[in-house]
Parts: sequence; structure tokens; C-alpha cells
Amino acid sequence: MQLAEQLRLARNKKEILLMTHLVLGYPSFAVNREVIQQMVANGVDVIELQIPFSEPMADGPMIIKANQDALANGTKVAECLAFAAEMAAQYDIPFLFMTYYNILFKYGVEEFLRKAKEIGIRGCIIPDLPPEEGEEYLRLAKKLDLAPIQIFAPTSTEERMRTLAGHGDGFIYCVARRGVTGSKTEFDASFDAYLARCRRATDLPLAVGFGISNQEDVRILTGKADLAVIGTATIKLVEEKGAEAVGSFIAGLRG
Amino acid sequence: MEKPGYFGQWGGAYIPEVLYETFRELREVYAKAKADPAFWQEYVTLMGSYSCRPTPLTHAENLSRHFGGAQIFIKREDLNHTGAHKANNVMGQGLLVKRMGKTRVIAETGAGQHGVACATMAAKFGFACTIYMGEEDVHRQRPNVFWMEKLGATVVPVTTGSRTLKDAINEAFRDWVSNMDTTHYVMGTVCGPHPFPEMVAWFQSIIGQEARKQILAAHTKLPARVYACVGGGSNAMGIFQGFLGDPEVELIGVEAGGKGLDTGQHAARLASQDASPGVAQGYKTMFLQDSDGQMRDTHSVAAGLDYIGVSPLLTDLWEKGRVRFAAATDQEVMAALDLTIKKEGIIPALESTHAFVQAFKEAGELRGDQAIVINQSGRGDKDIFTIAHAFNDPSWKEFIRKKGEEYATR
Repeated sequence: MQLAEQLRLARNKKEILLMTHLVLGYPSFAVNREVIQQMVANGVDVIELQIPFSEPMADGPMIIKANQDALANGTKVAECLAFAAEMAAQYDIPFLFMTYYNILFKYGVEEFLRKAKEIGIRGCIIPDLPPEEGEEYLRLAKKLDLAPIQIFAPTSTEERMRTLAGHGDGFIYCVARRGVTGSKTEFDASFDAYLARCRRATDLPLAVGFGISNQEDVRILTGKADLAVIGTATIKLVEEKGAEAVGSFIAGLRG
Repeated sequence: MEKPGYFGQWGGAYIPEVLYETFRELREVYAKAKADPAFWQEYVTLMGSYSCRPTPLTHAENLSRHFGGAQIFIKREDLNHTGAHKANNVMGQGLLVKRMGKTRVIAETGAGQHGVACATMAAKFGFACTIYMGEEDVHRQRPNVFWMEKLGATVVPVTTGSRTLKDAINEAFRDWVSNMDTTHYVMGTVCGPHPFPEMVAWFQSIIGQEARKQILAAHTKLPARVYACVGGGSNAMGIFQGFLGDPEVELIGVEAGGKGLDTGQHAARLASQDASPGVAQGYKTMFLQDSDGQMRDTHSVAAGLDYIGVSPLLTDLWEKGRVRFAAATDQEVMAALDLTIKKEGIIPALESTHAFVQAFKEAGELRGDQAIVINQSGRGDKDIFTIAHAFNDPSWKEFIRKKGEEYATR
């Protein structure tokens, strides 16, 4: 089943879906394994696996550090692919790759996407690849039935959103605010207007990320978005309290 | 037809969606300025009254005699206000910022030259200013940090990654994605996403326009060769543009050979075999990276050349065989600097001295009726701490030690 269709069906059963994120190899693949086990056991619906890159331009301090430390530990792209294959085989939920374009470019865009498909990955989020530069990527993703997740920002016009949605599949990742990952987001009237704009521009499910960190944030998004994206918050939690704290945190997010 | 923002297969605009509108506005304001002859006139007038344009072309007679070959001419970008060609770019972008109605500028800096130039422009035009500088560079370029702060800028030491120029660029982008409504990112070189490479090259083309006229006046014919150091590539693109249409003029870009190309500790992208095509910091070029696409650490005695990528314009000209690339080691740079100071009483920046090294290697191959031009992109006397340290000068060290004691006892 296509990712968008699968998410719509899941959404019929839950008021809001949860997507979580982690940086592969940080602090280690062993901890990644434990965290994912807890996430899945506690009802996470989609997991974003970030392949570390030395220049994570769109990320904030916490995820920059995770990228850096993962690379300092010697994390290789090949290991990330092998680990993702293991997770996708073990768990029933969709897994996505999030990374920067150079990782695909250097691997070979076609080889990377074929490999992702072969190991059971369902889509990719590439924040530094706008559709204008991603013709090859978009064409191949479509051919391989991998969802090339497109990103909306509060600065995107409605016309731009329609263009992006036309290239996208799976769902749309709506960046909740300006800036980078990890800092607090204010959910005010302009945020509601933004989400309404996103909704008008596409029929694809809407995921909202950047600064979503607790039950209150998830509650506010319920009814407005289809997926809430928890990124930095779990990385911080693992750092402070260890992987075992993830389960109860996730379980508590939907109230 | 090439895609806009591409030079051959290099360049592009690999930007996050949140900056899409910001770049659309920037491309628009740049295109309008470029089509408006009054804008260029305003720019030239400003550079004539606020900086030292046109900068002179100096005939280095003693060095010419010393090498016994070509007549050596030096384009004196060091005589710009703030001491480097960086002034050209910042004043040009400053005029665009005024047109866009923005009130704050941010910039990355390696050696600190671009940071000082940008802080100077901000002071003159009344903009708020934040400069991102790798922590390692903050330490090696303390005097420039002092001046940026005196000029009213906030200097933010960058502690991520390798703590050098590339990390300062990432950090500037992170600021920009939060503050694009009020803020313009004054990229310091001919790199980054479109339209930066093309736009910065346009402002720097003033160097080549002047140099071509000046060499024709001084030497009655075109030079055989033109040399420029290449970090990101802005001074090189600046002077090369004056001669791109003259196939008889050979253009040579000189990169940082660091401790030697075979040591891996260098920043030679096009002169070594170590770089490969990649996409980072918003553009496609040859990067010093590993087989996974992770950027490598680079090394140079000159902070301004210590960078993983190179202008897409230069990569294209290299690929087409129009620009030849060479590398100068740290050691060769110190020897050429010493010689230039002694023979001509001119003190090039460590960055610029890389171009002198290659010119000195080749001057003897040419005849006395031929000329070569070296672009002296910046002056070295303001980098006294770095240069004195690189010379390992005993009396300077003694002075610093005494100064330290003096401050410690107060």
C-alpha cells in the first residue's frame, strides 16, 4: 500500500499519529535499537532515521551534536543502511530516511534510492533538496514507489505549496516555524492560519515538526495535523535519562 | 541551455524551503541592480570615495630583476579600505541591503577580513551586524575580532564541526532561517547558493576591469599570465574576469598546499587529486570529502584559504581548461612573503602570498618583454600576530611575553 494511503487508514483509528526521529549511530546503534523498540512498543506510527552528515545546515544544536558525535564514533553510510534494513524487517511501521543531499549524491542517487527501496524504506526527507534541484531524485523516487516527502515552511506562499505538493507523496512535512530544529514553537493565530494554508494546498496528510516536545504540544496539533513529529525532544531525553525513558515519554504524548 | 545559477555542471541553489522566498527576493533585487547602470555607477563612486578605488598596479621592478624573466606587476587590492578585496563585495551587497530595506546583516568569516569589511559596511550604513567565526579562527585572528567588536558587530565564536570557515557558514545560515525578514546574509565569497557566486563575482569584477586597463597602459600589451590565490575564489574571479575574453592570457589559481599535497593536510581542491564532486553549503562543486560524502578537515597557514569547497565558477573554468590550478605550501609561502617584503617593501597577506609563490616559480620561464600580474588580495601587516608567529620571530615573542606579564600584574 502507498504510504499516504496507509497513513490515512491509520489516522481513521487515531486522532493524531506520531512520527519520531533519531540520528543513526548516536550515541550508538545499540542504543538506537533499544530506542526504536520502545518507540514502536508505545505506539509510534512512523520513524525518521537520520543518516548523519558533517554539515547539517537545517538542524539546531542538539541534532548538530548528534550528527557530529555519530561521525566521530565512525558511523558509515553502509552501516546506517544495514541498520535500517534490520529495523524495517523487524517492525511493521513505516521507516523513512532523513538526510542531506550530499549523502545520496555521493552514494549515487539511483543506487541510494534502489537500496532504500530494497531494504524496505518507505520515503525520504531531504531538507536541502528543493524540487528545482531534485529532478532526478523525484523521477526515480516515483518510479520506485518511494515517497519523496516535501517540506512546507511558514514562509511558503500558497502557490509555492501547491507546486511542492505536486512533487510530493506520502505526506507533507510542515515546518512549524522559522529557524532550525530544537527550539520552542509558539502555537498562535498565525500558526493556525499557516496550517489552514497548508491544508488548502494539498490532500496529502500533514505532519508538523520543529519544537514539538510534550503532551500539550501534541494536544494542540490534534485535529489540525495528521502527524506530530517529535525530534530533538527524544534525543535530549535519551541523553539525559537513557533509552529506557523513551517508552513512557512516548506513551504519555497522546494523553 | 544551462539552468540558471549553473556554470557547466556546477553551482545551483540547494536551499531549505524556508529560504525559498528570501532567495526569490534576492535574485530579483540583484537582477534589477545589474540591469540598472546607475547602480554600478553608484557603486564605483562609493568605492572611489570610501575605499581606494581604483587600486594601483605596481611594477615590482626589484622582484622582476631578481627572477630575471617576466615583468612582475602587482594589483594592489591590499590598499582597499579594511585592507583587502573583501571591501568590494561588502559595499556592493550593502547597497543591495539598502534597496531591500533590511536592517541587519550577518556574515561568516575565516581570516576575519570579510568579517571586518562587513562590520565596517554595517557601521557606515547603520545596520546591526553579527559575524560568525570558527572558534579556532577567533583564536588565531584576535586583532580582527577586536576591530569587529569596536565597529559595533557581535562576534559569535562557532564551536560546531571543525570550528573553521565552513562551520561559520552553516551557523550563518541557521541565523538566516530564523531572521530572514530583517536580515541579509552577506556571503563573503563566490560560493554558496545562486545568486551568491554570480553576484559576488559581479562586485569583484571591478578588480579585473581596472587591472586590464592598467596593464595595457603600463605595459602596452596584455600580460602573459595572471595569478591569484583561491580560497572560496572571490579575488581570483574578480581579476580573472578582466581577462576571460583574452585567450592569450593564461589564468592561474593558487590553492593552499598546507603541509604538502601528499600529507592530506591542505586545502587544495582543484590542484590535488583529493577532492570529488559534492553538494554542501547550498551548492555543487569539488569538495574535500570522504567516500561517504562527509567533509574532511583542511589545513592552511592562511585561515582565508582553509576551506573545503571552491567557487562553482572556478570549477567550471578549471574543467574547461581555462584556469590552471597550482598549490603553494605553508613553507613556500613564508619564503615568498619574506622575499616580497625585503625586495619591494610590500607586505601581502598570507592568503595573497600563495599567488606570489607560483608567480615566482614561473617568472623565470618568461621573457623580459612579457608581463605577469599577481593579485595581492590583501595586506599582511594587519595580521601581525599570525605572521610573526609563522616567522617564529624571537623578539616578537619576547614582546608578547612582556606584554602578558604587564597585563597579569595590573
